[in-house]
Amino acid sequence: MRVLAAMSGGVDSAVAAALAVEAGHDVVGVHMALSANRDQFRTGSRGCCSIEDAGDARRAADLIGIPYYVWDLAEQFEETVIADFLSEYQAGRTPNPCVRCNEHIKFQALLDKATALGFDAVATGHYARVELREGPGGQVRRELHRSPNTAKDQSYVLAVMGPQRLARAVFPLGGFASKDEVRAQAAHRGLTVSSKPDSYDICFVADGDTKGFLRERLGSRPGEVVDVDGRVVGEHDGAYAYTVGQRKGLALGRPAPDGRPRYVLEVEPVSNRVVVGPAEMLAVREIVSDGAVWYDDERREAAARGIDVEVQVRAHGDPARARLRATSDDAFAVDLLDPLRGVAPGQSIVAYQGTRVLAQATVATTAR
Amino acid sequence: MTDCLVYLDHAATAPVRPEVVAAYAEALGRTGNASSLHSAGREARRTVEEAREKVGALLGARPSEVVFTSGGTEADNLAIKGVFWARRRLDPQVRRIAVSSVEHHAVLDPAFWMASHAGAEISQLPVDAEARLDLDALRADLDEHGARTALVSVMWANNEVGTIEPLAEVVSLAHRHGVPVHSDAVQAVGVLDVDFAASRLDAMTVTAHKLGGPVGVGALVARRDLGIVPVSHGGGQERGIRSGTLDVAGAHAFALALELAVQEREAVSTRLAALRDDLVGRVLATIPGAHLRGPDPAVAPGERLPGNAHLTFEGCEGDSLLFLLDSAGVCASTGSACQAGVPQPSHVLVAMGVDEVQARGALRFSLGPTSTAADVDRLVAVLPEVVERARRAGLSSGPVTQERLARRREAS
Repeated sequence: MRVLAAMSGGVDSAVAAALAVEAGHDVVGVHMALSANRDQFRTGSRGCCSIEDAGDARRAADLIGIPYYVWDLAEQFEETVIADFLSEYQAGRTPNPCVRCNEHIKFQALLDKATALGFDAVATGHYARVELREGPGGQVRRELHRSPNTAKDQSYVLAVMGPQRLARAVFPLGGFASKDEVRAQAAHRGLTVSSKPDSYDICFVADGDTKGFLRERLGSRPGEVVDVDGRVVGEHDGAYAYTVGQRKGLALGRPAPDGRPRYVLEVEPVSNRVVVGPAEMLAVREIVSDGAVWYDDERREAAARGIDVEVQVRAHGDPARARLRATSDDAFAVDLLDPLRGVAPGQSIVAYQGTRVLAQATVATTAR
Repeated sequence: MTDCLVYLDHAATAPVRPEVVAAYAEALGRTGNASSLHSAGREARRTVEEAREKVGALLGARPSEVVFTSGGTEADNLAIKGVFWARRRLDPQVRRIAVSSVEHHAVLDPAFWMASHAGAEISQLPVDAEARLDLDALRADLDEHGARTALVSVMWANNEVGTIEPLAEVVSLAHRHGVPVHSDAVQAVGVLDVDFAASRLDAMTVTAHKLGGPVGVGALVARRDLGIVPVSHGGGQERGIRSGTLDVAGAHAFALALELAVQEREAVSTRLAALRDDLVGRVLATIPGAHLRGPDPAVAPGERLPGNAHLTFEGCEGDSLLFLLDSAGVCASTGSACQAGVPQPSHVLVAMGVDEVQARGALRFSLGPTSTAADVDRLVAVLPEVVERARRAGLSSGPVTQERLARRREAS
């Protein structure tokens, strides 16, 4: 196959590219330039998007022995990932920009451009497995599974791409049980990025200050923080900067009558109010979601009557047992066996059976 | 992946001539610091001075006017900063630098750096649709600011679209106001008839690696009466304006490369112009939506570098074109400088009035002495398919639109 290896400049994507070459593919390395204003993106050694990272990716490609190019996807990134990030926060919802980047950039803009230029697939350094299973009609079905490396598993952020795009995706690190093993593979191949630190923050928020980024892009909009009875307990600079489940940084003047910690329960964009309350009020038993993507039509049909699944609502959250009911072809509702805390509209919800991804959707509403 | 079979990027760097490689290696094998006072030093000094005489003679300059540098960028920086400081020292009112809008970054960036760090004011002069300097704008600028202008810098020939600038007129206008003129001539030397004395320029940048010499050596050719404050300080070599141990082997190799280039200049230029015309004619005839940028050689044959062909392809992005050509064994360029390999819309095309969407689909093919008709045949054979595929890729990732670019400018 002709494979385009997306190379961020980090160790994972470098090893993924090397493994794609060793698997016999014809590989070309591409680094995506995602910012028109390069100072805006983090510089230093924390993972991706800076000029140093482009240089690291180039050097890794040299060492692997593949051609290397930089493709400019900054406009698409601004129009999709950053625009979605801002409008979701503005609407009082909680976006996951890495999910949107996989949806719109890596497995859409990049993948489609690669396909048009003659590539068969895009390889990335994600931790997730693709398994081929023979389906009932004899045709091969591609399944998305969790990585055996549970700490690094990224099936949650990949699920959004759907089965058609998964058919053109390759995850060479899918079988790796630990990051140490990946680093060892990098060192073994003489890749200079082998000891580069992991990246954690949102790549376009230079200093990790999401609140500051939102204020800069959306402007200040002061309003009230209220408790569940509507009493004003504090002030804020913009409701958009709060997320459901948040505890830190509320800066409430008056302590709760019972002295217990308070959490953000709701963000009301229209009234520009932030509602806070005790932890138990965060517990959610029902989630209604939309924009669903299914990996298995049979299961989707079965889900009309309800199926048992595990759901995950955060990149590194524990899975929770639930009953899932497909309410239409692209929406489902779940009843959680045990309540989950801090589920916010806008989050991605992924349904699993065992290690296998069944479906993904976006949280629309929640109920206690 | 195919290796580069067809090298059409001579304007980026040219193959080093085999005779030059041999002479360079031989000179590198000899020990001696040209500033040392013993026999080895004298021998090294002699090599440098012979090179200086040769470079001067080949460029119509006196040996004492040749200041060796590490290349074009250093020479441009020395000219812009050094002349500005020297002129301002004599008269604090003199603080303006006039440059064309299509200068190389090695001129534009030091000029703008001086604006943000040394109180300079910049006149960025417009060009016409073919990148030719607007002489009326220069005249008006000098009429208004001439008494306060430290220098004018206008390139001899443009590195992207090959336009030969009207230097004689520029010099006349500037000198009328007593303003010195610098010209970056790195693309012109060895291709055009470059005579420093006849040009009446005050300073001129040249570099070895565009004409078959090694990377890392060049010169600022500067009149003796032009004041230049040094940018880097140290041992006081090169008339005290360019400190640093002299690159003996580099100067030697540079002089030889220049000699060979000048010797064969006329024959090569004639041949390259014909090859280029063939290339442009065939591309325009076979590929819809292709446009030649810069002066049309059929209309104004003397106004464009003979080896330069610059084209834009509607609906394409430069990075896709470059990738597909590279895959087909053709090495070309999008024409614009790129940091970390990111192609930005060329400031040259934008200054020419080409809209930014069109400017995204630019390719520069630059031919040199080693180029052949077979190179052009190969390019013309693969290009239609490359452009078609790049167009499909452009559509798939969402077309670049004016609105998109405007949003992007806002974001940065």
